[in-house]
Amino acid sequence: MQFQLTREQEMVRKMLKDFTDNEVKPLAAEIDETERFPMETVEKMNRYGMMGMIVPKEYGGAGADEISYAITVEELSRACGTTGVICSAHNSLACWPILKYGTEEQKKKYLMPLAKGEKIGAFGLTEPNAGTDAAGQQTIAVLDGEEWVLNGTKIFITNGGAADTYVIFAMTDRSKGVKGISAFILEKGTPGFSIGKKEKKMGIRGSATTELIFENCRIPKENLLGSIGKGFGIAMATLDGGRIGIAAQALGIAQGALDETIKYIQQREQFGKPIGKFQALQFDVADMETKVNAARWMVYNAAWRKSAGLSYGKEAAMAKLFAAETAMAVTTKAVQLHGGYGYTQDYPVERMMRDAKITEIYEGTSEVQRMVISAAVIK
Amino acid sequence: MKIIVCVKQVPDTNEVKIDPVKGTLIRDGVPSILNPDDKNALEEALKLKDQQEDIHVTVITMGPPQADEMLRECLAMGADEAILLSDRAFAGADTWATSNTLAAAVRKIGAYDIIFAGRQAIDGDTAQVGPQLAERLGIPQVSYVQNFQVQGDNIQVQRALEDGYEVIQVKTPVLLTAIKELNHPRYMSIGGIYDAFRSKEVKVWTSLDIQVNKDEVGLEASPTQVKRSFTPEPKGKGIMLKGTTKEMVEQLVINLKQKHVI
Repeated sequence: MQFQLTREQEMVRKMLKDFTDNEVKPLAAEIDETERFPMETVEKMNRYGMMGMIVPKEYGGAGADEISYAITVEELSRACGTTGVICSAHNSLACWPILKYGTEEQKKKYLMPLAKGEKIGAFGLTEPNAGTDAAGQQTIAVLDGEEWVLNGTKIFITNGGAADTYVIFAMTDRSKGVKGISAFILEKGTPGFSIGKKEKKMGIRGSATTELIFENCRIPKENLLGSIGKGFGIAMATLDGGRIGIAAQALGIAQGALDETIKYIQQREQFGKPIGKFQALQFDVADMETKVNAARWMVYNAAWRKSAGLSYGKEAAMAKLFAAETAMAVTTKAVQLHGGYGYTQDYPVERMMRDAKITEIYEGTSEVQRMVISAAVIK
Repeated sequence: MKIIVCVKQVPDTNEVKIDPVKGTLIRDGVPSILNPDDKNALEEALKLKDQQEDIHVTVITMGPPQADEMLRECLAMGADEAILLSDRAFAGADTWATSNTLAAAVRKIGAYDIIFAGRQAIDGDTAQVGPQLAERLGIPQVSYVQNFQVQGDNIQVQRALEDGYEVIQVKTPVLLTAIKELNHPRYMSIGGIYDAFRSKEVKVWTSLDIQVNKDEVGLEASPTQVKRSFTPEPKGKGIMLKGTTKEMVEQLVINLKQKHVI
């Protein structure tokens, strides 16, 4: 057993640190404050191959392994949770299902522009009445001649509006329950497809989170992704992988808050000495460091298993559960150790605490992760 | 068009420790980076490559085996080929011996149009290797290049001066040394990182691979003698004079007299 990154992975981290410090960190507070999607950062991520990095070179991607991908989302999120999730949703939720289930034509037409960074991707599963109970899809797709006609509404869609290419789930046969769900590829600008309300959120406020509305939206028959009735399986498999991305995001947020805290407690003086000299606070930092490290190895283990072709559903769920709860615990403690200043926007830890919360909710709540994990071990 | 970029791996700190006996740098435990000016040199070559497909960029360095890491970074930024001149015989070289070694390697590479080098390395700060290399190769050189344009068969550059710049037109082959004002270096790319390890290689050349006599390289062939190295004493806090101009001038004259400056 080896606990060592490859030279490629080390270099990805070095590159991402450099990129994040110079391009991502300076914008983090502003895009949070103004709820602005950082398109200029996305363009830079396109240029440097982060968007679509998991896609093999033959389809225009970088052919990166899953650990490099996790490192990328982690490093971006260290400074900005918003930027981390934009990258994660694009790679895990849009590129991956098309790569895994798409036909050769679909890969050429839709995956390649996503992998080359020419287009942004999104994934639409959640509906007002189908959250954790994703099988309760009310969006319907009916085959009419050579076209599918979609009707329904999706909510809480990451990269909504900003994205050009969407992987969408809809009922093609209500009578079959989950086996009646199918997946489709949609493009922005298709008549009948519009972007609805943009959510005002607690955290990751620069990330676009919107409704998607389908009103007699007609798409070509060949835009079905995978086979009819296989949509639910595609959605679940996609989310298994997406959890590695979100776990990496949570890990990055936690590391960012820890870095800020270590810096702060060595500068802030009370009672005539830096507060970092007090053992109670040192022990807090020790606990934070321990949790972050545990989360990191869980994330990398899940990523490694995915790259190695091993089963990773349970590991991804455990990594996501643990990293998300770590992010929440570490950012909360970070605010505490910053005292009153931590509660203000003068320091980034309050933003990190708000950003951390979503990692316990999206791509499967912590409760869902516990369902996945327990189902894998109690048989 | 063939471009050669001379690069150097340097310690990433201003507080490098110096071996008190040998007078050379202690590199252990200090992270190493691509010398900043060399990054500008590479960027200018890569900018040309962005514009024209037929441009081939070779990066070359002389250094220990660990310099492989820096060369991979150059490849990950977009260079096509990397050459590492590494041999115990090269160790301890001053600029004279280094430029001699580099010149032999450049001759082995063969035809080229432009050699870019950084102005100077942050560890030695001599700014000599680039110019010496041009002299040894017998080609024109322009140092302190802050702007670069290809105009047909000619190259027009701006050479920075303390109080302005010169515009110089040169023909290839030519050696140019880059300063940081020349451009903003790009980052490595994710795809580039994978290429750097999977589809590109770092060629290692020893003294046997290039046409150079062993007595013309390394410490033995270096005329530079390091007499002594020291860390400069930090300057003390300055004194701020207060009062009217007349009072401050009077006080200043007193202080300068006390220190026997005037």
